[in-house]
Amino acid sequence: MTDLNRNRPAAFTAPDFRDIAELVYRSSAADVENALLKERLSVQDLGALLSPAAAEQLPALAARASALTTARFGRTIQIYSPLYLSSFCCNNCRYCGFSTENKIERRVLTLDEAEQESLLLAGRGFSHILLVAGEAPAKMGVDYLVELAGRLRNRFASISIEIQPLTEAEYRRLFKAGITSVAVYQETYDQDVYREVHLSGPKADLENRLATPARVAAAGMREVGIGALLGLADWRLEGISLGMHLAWLRHYYWQTALTVSFPRLRPATGDFEPKVVVSESDLAQLLFALRIFDHDVGLLLSTREEARFRDGMIGLAPTRYSAGSCTAPGGYSNPDQTGEQFSIDDQRGIDEVCRDIKARGFDPVRKDWDAVFQQSASGGVSRKPIY
Amino acid sequence: MLTIAGHNFKSRLLVGTGKFASSQLMKEAIDASGSEMVTVALRRVDLDDPGDDIMSVLDRERYVFLPNTSGARNSDEAVRLARMSKASGGGEWLKLEVTPDPRTLLPDPVETLKATEILVREGFKVLPYMNADPILALKLQDAGAVAVMPLGSPIGTNQGLLTRFQVEIIIDQARVPVIVDAGLGAPSHAAEAMELGADAVLVNTAMAVAGDPVRMAKAFAMAVEAGRSAYESGLGRRQAQAMASSPAVGLGFLN
Repeated sequence: MTDLNRNRPAAFTAPDFRDIAELVYRSSAADVENALLKERLSVQDLGALLSPAAAEQLPALAARASALTTARFGRTIQIYSPLYLSSFCCNNCRYCGFSTENKIERRVLTLDEAEQESLLLAGRGFSHILLVAGEAPAKMGVDYLVELAGRLRNRFASISIEIQPLTEAEYRRLFKAGITSVAVYQETYDQDVYREVHLSGPKADLENRLATPARVAAAGMREVGIGALLGLADWRLEGISLGMHLAWLRHYYWQTALTVSFPRLRPATGDFEPKVVVSESDLAQLLFALRIFDHDVGLLLSTREEARFRDGMIGLAPTRYSAGSCTAPGGYSNPDQTGEQFSIDDQRGIDEVCRDIKARGFDPVRKDWDAVFQQSASGGVSRKPIY
Repeated sequence: MLTIAGHNFKSRLLVGTGKFASSQLMKEAIDASGSEMVTVALRRVDLDDPGDDIMSVLDRERYVFLPNTSGARNSDEAVRLARMSKASGGGEWLKLEVTPDPRTLLPDPVETLKATEILVREGFKVLPYMNADPILALKLQDAGAVAVMPLGSPIGTNQGLLTRFQVEIIIDQARVPVIVDAGLGAPSHAAEAMELGADAVLVNTAMAVAGDPVRMAKAFAMAVEAGRSAYESGLGRRQAQAMASSPAVGLGFLN
């Protein structure tokens, strides 16, 4: 493989929100129309698509985004499931249910328990799995994940993780163990707000977090997911920042596939109220704008959103849906498990979600990768599922 | 008659199975296309699962099954996928795709050649997806590829035969069938490739995302036939100026 470390770039620097605000707030209807006609868009064009002026042309944005999404991804939606491993966390983040200050029942699954949870998901027909955990390296570190990946890789087409930032060497180890995709969300690209909501813990280091997607890509992971937690700062400016981050990653790490997630803040344990309200139309505009800006990026919509909204968005921009999610560790084996990270709004199980996708003329794709892509340390992957 | 690796095909249209709204619709479109060779992404199917949504609707007796290595970013991965496919009953035909850039999905010439050499030695019938590079086509053919598959334009772009000039050279030079793959977005694009002398074309996106995939599949089938007939009938040369159908040139002075 190409040496991804040669000509390593300087770190991505997030734009100052005060500098990019004019890209959004000075855009006119004509700028929006112009951006909609282009094949290759600049950051200025993205700003126009995220502007209040573009909100007036939402159906036109939807039509363009839909055409691009269908051409690139076909009439399909890929299905995945999160698997929460641990709710321990050493970060104090004002918006999060796992925040160290919150008095919730904490739990880290043993490897056997995690395997048990995964068996349930495999049995329900999930083939793409996302392992999620709070940041508590002493409770659940890289060794745990390597061991767990070894147990899961024969049963799942792909294994992704959404955990604390790691070093490049650690990502390399995980890749070798069978993990192919890493999500690490900046939460907010607004530097003032970032410092305000991340009160303590390793996550308070903004620069380290911002540099993580590049480390993931440099380690050879196939896919890196970025995202912003909507409700912390101006979503239009988060959108421009996400677009700039995508473009930067594409420029330096051309072999890495990219995805974006759009978690909208929901009520969580603790007293945090979203600092800004992001409506469904806002969220739709953000997805449309990013699709039109980057034709190939995978866009995820989780069960944080209601079934009605997720159904309506099928075919317009998103490419991946989760289903039947539980955000408390152990919650699949024990539905009464408490201590979830956030509450979900789409309660449908995988079969219902797939049925509703089909009803809209789309194919819910449960498998679109294969463990065989990864060479296992033991020299090959058994094809036979164990369940 | 199209012959690839000693196997005869009446249809010169190959089809892909990705991006359809449902596997049932995919099956109907493939039926309507009259195709006899169907490519399937190995990443998308589970060959060990009899209930797999794609494999369970494809009649392996009726179609030559052409698994592809979509998603492989180097020769190692492509070779590993191919071996897995063969071990799981995927057969020896293989559409080799090595695409390190997940954005453009353009094929890597170096890794494709390397994988072709390895897989031919292992007994695979390799049909490599390649950029429309005439020298690469010759090298792949020398390495034992049973056909070459130059792209018309990048996958899924529907841009048509942007590589016309290069494809023409490949057709002129090749000893193995030339199958134009990728980017053919309309039946007229397929007809153009066939008129040029391509032995076959492969179409997927244009059918899968059409409003009516079944009718579109039929339209492509007709276009491929029309293009081939035109090629075999001997097309007139293109020229810059008008020329009378019955030239009245006075040559009576010749004795």
